[in-house]
Parts: sequence; C-alpha cells; structure tokens
Amino acid sequence: MSEQMPNLVDVDDLWVKFPTRTGMFDAVRGVSFSLGKERLGIVGESGSGKSMTGRALLRLIRKPGIVEAKQMKLMGEDLLSKTEQEMRDVRGQRISMVMQDPKFSLNPVMTIGDQIMEAYSLHAKATKRDAKDKAMEMLKAVTIRDPDRVFRAYPHEMSGGMGQRVMIAMMLAPDPEILIADEPTSALDVSVQGQVLSIMDRLVEERGMGLIFISHDLNLVSSFCDRVLIMYAGRVVETCRADKLHEAQHPYTRGLLNSLPRLDQPRDRLEVLKRDDAWRDAASVVETS
Amino acid sequence: MSGVEIENLNVWFGDGEDRVDAVIDASLRVESGASFGLVGESGSGKSTILRAITGLVPTWSGKMVVAGEELGDSRSATFFNKVQMVFQDPYASLHPRHSVDQVLSETLHLHGYDDIDKRVPKLLEDVGLGTSFRFRYPHQLSGGQRQRVAIARALAPKPEILLLDEPTSALDVSVQAEILNLLVDLREERKLTYVMVSHDLAVVGHMCEQIAVMQHGKVVEIMSVEEMRAMRPQNEYTKHLLTSSLGYSRPESVR
Ligand SMILES: Nc1ncnc2c1ncn2[C@@H]1O[C@H](COP(=O)(O)OP(=O)(O)OP(=O)(O)O)[C@@H](O)[C@H]1O
Ligand SMILES: Nc1ncnc2c1ncn2[C@@H]1O[C@H](COP(=O)(O)OP(=O)(O)OP(=O)(O)O)[C@@H](O)[C@H]1O
Ligand SMILES: [Mg+2]
Ligand SMILES: [Mg+2]
Repeated sequence: MSEQMPNLVDVDDLWVKFPTRTGMFDAVRGVSFSLGKERLGIVGESGSGKSMTGRALLRLIRKPGIVEAKQMKLMGEDLLSKTEQEMRDVRGQRISMVMQDPKFSLNPVMTIGDQIMEAYSLHAKATKRDAKDKAMEMLKAVTIRDPDRVFRAYPHEMSGGMGQRVMIAMMLAPDPEILIADEPTSALDVSVQGQVLSIMDRLVEERGMGLIFISHDLNLVSSFCDRVLIMYAGRVVETCRADKLHEAQHPYTRGLLNSLPRLDQPRDRLEVLKRDDAWRDAASVVETS
Repeated sequence: MSGVEIENLNVWFGDGEDRVDAVIDASLRVESGASFGLVGESGSGKSTILRAITGLVPTWSGKMVVAGEELGDSRSATFFNKVQMVFQDPYASLHPRHSVDQVLSETLHLHGYDDIDKRVPKLLEDVGLGTSFRFRYPHQLSGGQRQRVAIARALAPKPEILLLDEPTSALDVSVQAEILNLLVDLREERKLTYVMVSHDLAVVGHMCEQIAVMQHGKVVEIMSVEEMRAMRPQNEYTKHLLTSSLGYSRPESVR
C-alpha cells in the first residue's frame, strides 16, 4: 500500500462484547487491521470471532451486543459516529456482506428475482426493467444454470450452493466498494467455486473493490487471497502473505494446517489441535508493513 | 446385506415450465457398515437423494431399500431410530426459539430415553461442546457450534445409518478433524453406515471407500477412493472436478 492513498478500511482496537448470564463475553478482543484494494483473508477456528469482526464493520451486532473501537473508518469516514440512518446508506451500497447462512438471510416469502431487484434498486434508482436485466445478468454471472426458473423461485427451492450464489449475486448487484464475504463458497463444488471466485477477483482487480474473505478453507485462502489474518479467541495471532500461509510459524496456525485431510496423503487419524492458554493471552498482532 | 440400495431413482419438483428433474435414474448401493461419498456439481441432486430417503420429498419413482425396509410414501415409526440425517443448513434445521438443551432433550424423549439429564451433557461432550453451551439459543452460537448441535441431535437415537449432508463444511479445519475422527470412531464402535455428501474431495477421500459423482441430476461415475486418489477417473466431469480441487488458479483475464 502506498503512503498517500487512504485505506478503504481502517480498524483499530475493535472489541465486540456480549453480556451473558455468566458475565461479559468478549467475542472480539482488540483487533486492528486495514484493507486496501485487495483480497484480505480471515481464517481461524469456529467461534474465534471472524463473523463478528465482519458484522461489527457494518454495525450489525445484535443487541445487547456492544461494539467498541479506537477507530473504525471507511475511506477516512468514521463509521462509529454515524447515525443508524446513515449506516443504512453504507450497508449494501458501500459495504456489502455475504452472510454465512445464506438461506437464513434471504427472505423466505419473496422470490429470488424480487430480492435481487430490490437490492439493486435500493441503491441504483433503476427502472423495473433495468433491475430485472441486472438480476438476470447477476444470476448468470454466478453460474446459475437455469436463471429463468431461479428468478421466479423461492429460497427453499434452492440447493445449498445455489442459495450461496444467489446471496453473492444479490450483494454484488449494487456494486459495493467493499465486500465482506463470510464463508461465501463453503457449499459450492470446487469447479463452481472457482468460477464464483473469479468474479470477485475481477471486481478487485478491475474496479478496485476491497474484499474481506472469511473462510475455513486454508488452501483456498492461500491460493486466492493477498494477505491473511489468523484469528484465535477474538484476537489476531498472526498475519502473513497468503501465498506464505503454509510457512506460517504460530503453533496454532501450524495446528490448523496439520489437521487438514489430504487426498494425496491418506492418514488413519487426523491431527487435532492442542490448545495453549498462552495463545489466548498474547496481545493481538498488528501488521508492520 | 446392503444398508442403502437405490435403483432407478427419479425425483422431480413442480410442473410446467418450472418443473425440475432433480434426480434422474440414479442407482447406488451401500453395503451395511460401509461409508459412501456423494460429490458433484452444486444443484446436481445430492441433497435431494438424502431427502428422498428420509421421506422429505413427495414426488419420486424407483426403488429404495434402506435399513432393511423397502420405502414407500411414508416411513415406519421405527425408521428414524435407524436412520438419521444431518442437514446441510445448520441454521435452518434448528428451531430458533429452542435452546440446545430443548433440542437434544426433545429428541431423546421422542426416541424413548428417560435418563435425559445424563445424556444431554454426554452428547455435547461427544461433539466437542462444553456444557456451557447447553442453555444457549441458536443465535448465540457460531456457525460451527450450531452444526455440532445438529450432529449431536442426529446421534441421539443411536442410529445405524447416518445420512450426512456437508457435515463439516461450516466447521473450521480443527473441529472438522475432531468431528471426522469422531465419525470414524463411531462407525467402528457401532458398525454404522454412512452416506456422506461433501464438496471437499479430501474429506470424502478420508471418510469413504466408494464415491459417486453427480452432475445434472445423474450419477455420472462411481469410483473407489483409490481411483480418486490416483486422479484417474473415467468421466470427463470427474476429471474436471479433481483438477479444480487443486486450488484457485487466477484466470489469465484477471491477472
Ligand atoms: N448473541 C451472542 N451472545 C453470546 N455470545 C455470542 C453471541 N453471538 C455470538 N457469540 C459468540 O461469539 C463468538 C464469536 O462468534 P463468531 O460468529 O464471530 O465466530 P466465527 O469465528 O465466525 O465462527 P464460525 O467459524 O463457527 O462461524 C462465539 O464463541 C459465539 O458463541
Ligand atoms: N423444494 C424444492 N422445490 C423446487 N426445486 C427444488 C426443491 N429442492 C431442490 N430443488 C431443485 O433440485 C435441484 C437439486 O437440488 P439439491 O439440493 O439436491 O442439489 P445439491 O446437489 O445438494 O446441491 P448443493 O451442492 O448446491 O447443495 C436444484 O436445481 C434445486 O433447485
Ligand atoms: Mg462465522
Ligand atoms: Mg445440497
């Protein structure tokens, strides 16, 4: 990143807290990062705070959850001081998020076509005809085989991977500056996955979109992203260049890499992570680059 | 004896221009105690086959013999003691207003267990969730934690046959390793039969001896895990799938 160009996103010391019966639970504990026109991967075990980090950027943490940060900026604009009304203009139009549970996030009683058209027209003031064209174009772009049928269908009529692609189509329709994609391809076969990723790739390369890509798939993140944050217990324990992920040093990251099954090297038992309390206590890593 | 036998299965939805032939003339056979993988294109009918077995799709033709029963329109009262399914979509398969405790207690109750208070913590432990999760609601769990609750629920009645639809795609790789090890152990201990859908070929390779590949509603190839590992399939689509599994390669046009 060159010195003069402002980052798309700057986050400094982000916390997400939930009051629970047994006291305050800190889901995200002092995470700092910046995002340029690039593909930033976030990996880490289940419950480590990846989704909450993404949702916090959009201020989509449900009450009674609390978001705190020293700074959370979108192209230099402070997101924390925006009113709820102002945030509504940010969501979708400037920052879109593909949620982890696509079917849950889609409206069950509205057709797929109407939902994509709505997402598009909210931000583009398009005619009905333009919105329909755009919706069909997006469905085709995410390699939906029979876009005419899917346009008229309801979410429960979609397969798991079709639901994910519909969600991606919907989130990309308004041309966001930043896309947060939370496990966007976990239900896609590897071939369709590659095609969907290349759409996002193109938006980053050609339009300068910033992409935050949350995934459990370490091999995929390593081959697709530019940089990776590795999260554990609400903190960033390590960051590295994506193509160097396999050389990562932190014992936690090593543990994750070692627990992967491999087609070329069959094993009787998969290695399981042995956790160390010290990982939890160490301060969040901040990049030095 | 075969655990799951499917012959010339057809499944369709809707009619007129919206008719979808989701499964077309599919046949497969899973021996009792075997582990069978189902992979293939998104939307090719993998989940639909599992849903047809559990009686969740009304419109089908062909023959299905599962856990010794020839299946008709409805399932016998004891069928779900023997056959359980873990659904692809963990959020949708858990009731939003039921706590983890309620979900598991109800299932145990339904299947005639009475020492429920002892079994719930054991089930949670089996899937690697501490008892602190017992009274949480689905929205208070992360994606992977929800999936583990769904697996615990399927294990509750001690089934013989488990139908697993992407059981670990919402899990991180370490929990995935724990769950896969658990599934391997359970299968050995209880002589379980698995039919497992996954888009992760390495996971299927680890778990299954035989793998069916689907595309456009059809089973295009059935191969052994050795053939898959050797990357030597017969079918063109399977070849393409195996090559794609090697990682993302940036298309020329993007670079
Ligand atoms: N409403 C809530 N109340 C209490 N704890 C919560 C709530 N929502 C989430 N959490 C907790 O916050 C932690 C972080 O959750 P988050 O969804 O960010 O995990 P994640 O890294 O995305 O995991 P996964 O990979 O499983 O999706 C989890 O331990 C989760 O149980
Ligand atoms: N209830 C339904 N009504 C109408 N069509 C449906 C219904 N359920 C599934 N379909 C259609 O059947 C086809 C097969 O869906 P299925 O869910 O079996 O795919 P899949 O192989 O599991 O895909 P994925 O890997 O994406 O989950 C899809 O075209 C889907 O749209
Ligand atoms: Mg998550
Ligand atoms: Mg499916």
